[in-house]
Amino acid sequence: MNKQPKKKSEFAKQPFGDKVLLVCGYCLLGLFVVAIIVPMVYIILASFIDPITLQNKGLTFDFSKWTLTAYKRVMENSQIWVGFKNAVIYSVTSTALTTMLTLLAAYPMSRDDFRGRGFFNIMFVITMYFGGGLIPTYLLMNNLGLLNTIWAIILPPAFNVYNMIVARTYYQGIPKDLREAADVDGANEMVYFFQILLPVCMPIIATLAMWQFVGMWNSYFDAMVYLNDSAKQPLQLVLRSILIQNQPEPGMVADMQSTAERAQLAELLKYATIIISSLPLLVMYPFFQRYFEAGAMAGAVKG
Amino acid sequence: MKDKSKGASLHSTLVYMQHHWQLYALFMLPAVAITIIFRYIPMGGIAIAFTEYNPIRGIFGSEWVGFAHFQRFLSSPDFMKYLINTLKLSIFGLLWGFPAPILLAFLLNRINSAKIKQKIQLVLYMPNFISVIVLCGIVRILLSVTGPINLFLGTTINFMTMPEAFRTIFIASGIWQGAGWASIMYTAALSNASKELKEAAVLDGANIIQQIMTVEWPAIKDLVLIQFIMSVGNIMSVGFEKAYALQTDMNMATSEIISTYVYKKGLLDGDYGFSTAVGLFNTVINIILLVLMNQVVKKMNDGKGL
Repeated sequence: MNKQPKKKSEFAKQPFGDKVLLVCGYCLLGLFVVAIIVPMVYIILASFIDPITLQNKGLTFDFSKWTLTAYKRVMENSQIWVGFKNAVIYSVTSTALTTMLTLLAAYPMSRDDFRGRGFFNIMFVITMYFGGGLIPTYLLMNNLGLLNTIWAIILPPAFNVYNMIVARTYYQGIPKDLREAADVDGANEMVYFFQILLPVCMPIIATLAMWQFVGMWNSYFDAMVYLNDSAKQPLQLVLRSILIQNQPEPGMVADMQSTAERAQLAELLKYATIIISSLPLLVMYPFFQRYFEAGAMAGAVKG
Repeated sequence: MKDKSKGASLHSTLVYMQHHWQLYALFMLPAVAITIIFRYIPMGGIAIAFTEYNPIRGIFGSEWVGFAHFQRFLSSPDFMKYLINTLKLSIFGLLWGFPAPILLAFLLNRINSAKIKQKIQLVLYMPNFISVIVLCGIVRILLSVTGPINLFLGTTINFMTMPEAFRTIFIASGIWQGAGWASIMYTAALSNASKELKEAAVLDGANIIQQIMTVEWPAIKDLVLIQFIMSVGNIMSVGFEKAYALQTDMNMATSEIISTYVYKKGLLDGDYGFSTAVGLFNTVINIILLVLMNQVVKKMNDGKGL
């Protein structure tokens, strides 16, 4: 209560031009926030509403028209859960592997005395801008016998150059005394790395792990190209057939009599599918908020 | 003389490597192996672009056709269309999408209450955690003939089938999803801007525009420049995943870009050689743009490039 008048006076002290600018700025920011929230709220509300009512009248707060049918049907569908299970397996494995390899390689790359640093640097950076492209990579996977296995989507991104640069920059910001105090000899670099260096790098480890996890969880291209067995499909591919290709899993709508009914139900299922599939990350990300800035800063120093 | 010093440095390098073998064998080897196998070996596969590739006979057994695939692509009427679609999508996307997070950061920086700022940021970051597929699903729902936007306008426009609407949909949804997340680093850089400088500017009676020009803009200028070069370097790799998920049979005239074309020609039609040639063409344009951009920035920035 005490604070408000004080703030007001601070605002009042500003020159007129600034006031106009500030008000416009706040409105713009407010608009952006509203533009983010409104579609989300719409999807949430619509997921509970009977499809015919929704199509004719839009959102309604006549609760007799509300239903949990869509959620029941989506939850009962096994393909969604197969997708979830696969997405968890792929994302967790990929996050552990990629973060580990990236953190490891960043360590020698962060040291001034490392012989061959320039060579490795060029070797890595080239791959950021030049590559064989889709078909040569696909044929390689085929030759290695990796098609239709988890490794086809886990191994190629298992070392990330950009993330390595971020980690390297972070290591370089750590006082050199730490290493001198630990009295590292060439033979026990591993001990130093795991027991002394990594424990003080937790913010960047959390950041890189989060980037990798979210990236893996949300992508679909590699899985679409390399996995064609439906039992191996991650969540995003299952979502793709429901949301983009308009092909709900057969079991979801099979009992409906007419095509029109089936189409309406398929529409309704989309809303529930969106909510159920997005919930895990949307519930989790606020807990990581304090790491976002650390990661962004580490990434920004890169040049 | 020269040989001797070279020999000596080689010797010292070997001693170094022997003493620090762990750095090579344990720290670097996995990353190097992944890079060679999954990045460099496919580069050799680019040779496919110059053959009438036959999977059974392999690269060396397939008929060598030289630049025939490139000629076929470059002389086809589709080529210009796809190239222009790709360039328009990414250049307009950059023009609209690049300033958005910077603007957001300036706006956020004007919020004095840390608590409110944090809450707003939490909302701004949210769309980043929605997948491309879900985003495109939401877009399709909102814009469908029976969807809320048509219901609100009292119309029945099928936006997803309109070629002229595709780019707007693509870019606007991209800003919706990415601007908040991209603003993090600018916000962080702004909050690190010298507080004393800003207070001094306020005491001197500087208005907001002057404060931005003298204190805040200099604090993020380098960052903006680096980000800009990097975005330009990615111009030709404009998101396959989203373009493909927003494509419909009707909006192909604007939504077919080089990367979606490469995918369809190569993996759906099995025209390996041709698809690889088109992909290589795309990469080369991208590198040319990156080098050009770096030159321009060097000129503007007193010889300091990337």
